[in-house]
Amino acid sequence: MTSEVAGPAEAVAISPAADPGFLQRYGGTIEYILIPGAALVGALGVFGMFVALFGKSPLDLYFYMYQGAFGTWFSWQNTLTRAAPLILTALCTALPAQLGMVIIGGEGALLIGALASTSAALTMQSAPPLAVQLAMAATGMIAGGLWIMLSGGLRQYRGVNETISSLLLVYIALAILNHLVEGLMRDPTSLNKPSTREIGAANMLGSIPGTDVHWGLVFGIVAAVASYILIYHTVFGFAARVAGGNIRAARIVGLGVGKLIMTVCFLAGASAGLAGMVEVAAVQGRTNANLAAGYGFTGILVAFLARQNPLAVIPVAILLGGIGASGGLLQRRLGLPDASVQVLQGIIFVFVLASDALYGRIGFLKGKS
Amino acid sequence: MDFGRISRRHLLQGSAALTLGTAFGGRTAFAADTTIGFIYVGSRDDYGYNQAHAQGAAALKKMPGLKVVEEEKVPETDAVEKTMESMINLDGATLLFPTSFGYYNPHVIKMANKFPKIRFEHAGGLWTDKDPKNAGSYFGYIDEAQYISGIVAGYSTKSGKLGFVAAKPIPQVLRNINAFTLGAKLANPKATTQVIFTGDWSMPVKEAEATNSLIDQGVDVLTCHVDGPKTMVENAARRGAMVCGYHVNQSPLAPKAYLTGAEWNWEALYPKFVKMIAAGEAIPNFYRGGLKEEIVKVSPYGEAVSAEARKHADDIKAKLTAGTYTIFKGPIVDNKGKTVIGAGTERGQRDTELEKMDYLVEGVIGATS
Repeated sequence: MTSEVAGPAEAVAISPAADPGFLQRYGGTIEYILIPGAALVGALGVFGMFVALFGKSPLDLYFYMYQGAFGTWFSWQNTLTRAAPLILTALCTALPAQLGMVIIGGEGALLIGALASTSAALTMQSAPPLAVQLAMAATGMIAGGLWIMLSGGLRQYRGVNETISSLLLVYIALAILNHLVEGLMRDPTSLNKPSTREIGAANMLGSIPGTDVHWGLVFGIVAAVASYILIYHTVFGFAARVAGGNIRAARIVGLGVGKLIMTVCFLAGASAGLAGMVEVAAVQGRTNANLAAGYGFTGILVAFLARQNPLAVIPVAILLGGIGASGGLLQRRLGLPDASVQVLQGIIFVFVLASDALYGRIGFLKGKS
Repeated sequence: MDFGRISRRHLLQGSAALTLGTAFGGRTAFAADTTIGFIYVGSRDDYGYNQAHAQGAAALKKMPGLKVVEEEKVPETDAVEKTMESMINLDGATLLFPTSFGYYNPHVIKMANKFPKIRFEHAGGLWTDKDPKNAGSYFGYIDEAQYISGIVAGYSTKSGKLGFVAAKPIPQVLRNINAFTLGAKLANPKATTQVIFTGDWSMPVKEAEATNSLIDQGVDVLTCHVDGPKTMVENAARRGAMVCGYHVNQSPLAPKAYLTGAEWNWEALYPKFVKMIAAGEAIPNFYRGGLKEEIVKVSPYGEAVSAEARKHADDIKAKLTAGTYTIFKGPIVDNKGKTVIGAGTERGQRDTELEKMDYLVEGVIGATS
């Protein structure tokens, strides 16, 4: 799967001598937009039939989904707010995927990042807000990065499957969070909802001017673009993709695979850790069990739907944010249960994965050679 | 579905529905006198915490001129802020019931500041005078109903061993365990309550394990304080043990094993709130009560409850309802031998010391940490 992700860039880079016809050149990119788009439409069609089985009108369904996700300025902000943490947690899966690793433990890095950034804020209460925020971001990213490096290290040096280890580390992270929040770091006044002390209103991140979407969205977009440039336009990224394509070949040509794995895992964990910092500094204002809201797990879905492309993570996160935002309206207007949103997400996931088989097989996009 | 057949006609119908939907959506929102929004953290048919609130919402649906909108499984993150805003902006709700404890800080406070004309009623009893005046937080002294359950359990047990499946060792839960045990000791001074903490509010697997392990140790009457008592009730009944319910009446799940239970009485409180608003009265921001104020109630006795138990329980219930009885009356010794309430001290329903409870009374087998 990862080797295909590198498709368009490689197609351009590797075959410069081929006929530079339009389709030859852009066929891959068009395919990239057309196939997931068709998969999405197909999934919505099937979901419409599913809803029709319950006696609800599919047209109402599409209308309310549109209204709830993108129909008003409020809906847009709702969608973008939900998308913000998903971009960052999706990168936690998408970056290691370049190396052929399947990391699904972004939730753990998010929780550890949140804990670390809260600790940083609580130890420097008298510092100016900007310094506190920078320290929070730095500690959150470092802690999250080290957390995913644990999985990378286990894979590289002990041969432990990184998918399993990263998932199990989520439960360890949650246990550490609960232990600290209910013990050492507990605010004694948080009687019935064990929480840490608050980081203070002055240290909160606030919203992007003119909206009520928090800064996490900007952090996410910057991180996604930076990741894209790193993977597709630097020597480091090229080395990572070579190692992802064929690890033996990478070793033969002398690439430091261990170093690549550890660095990429650190960056992946750092972005999930940043998501944790944003949840604390922009939303909750403290750490407690509320942080384990499953953003890390939804991020996996986003990364796979984006076919592990860091840039595609942005629109996919917005799409899933929109589905989440419209879910409430579907419940309230159509009386659908909450689980229907999960059914839709599942159908989309299946369609997109199945559509993988179509890449390179659509005749008219191949061009003539 | 044949996609070729989705013709222009369908699309035109779709866009017509779109325009009409907007027009009607706006009109119906104003036609009803008041729209009330209910937000649940779990599923509204969980036979537990959320169902109790949904029963309150169902009582409001029966009142004329009210429109009730509901959304379930809303996490305690900024998702709940967006749900509240969506109910205000898109449904025209003017009264909101965000019913989960963790919604209050910071989410309800933030929204109450943003929408000063909208009334927010939160379940949890967290309002302080620093909080916005259009927000309120109510709660019930459900330990009074647990005390009655304890009396019935004390008469019904043959082994003298009672079991309590609890979520977290926080004051609210400890108070229920202690009240249940003190009630049981009225009936059977030698009765003990073995408590198992599962660590979180909704842990069905651990709840089932705890139930089985308690029964294996000779416990023959169980109760619980978790979000969904269904797991405990069904498992205990299957093993031949008796149960006392919690949150709502679980007798439909186990008609033979169900003795009685401590229930919320939101279906009495919510219509009361709405009538107060309609009459122009202010709802106190901090609203609490027990059996007397009809905020909590006791399930009807099951057929297995003896006449003696009924008589004793009814007698105490009458005194609690009249407000002439104190549950936490010294001397009370904790299960480590320390006197926690001295002889001659009476800690009544509203005593704030009880809200800091961090001990288990003599007769409880278990530890708070």
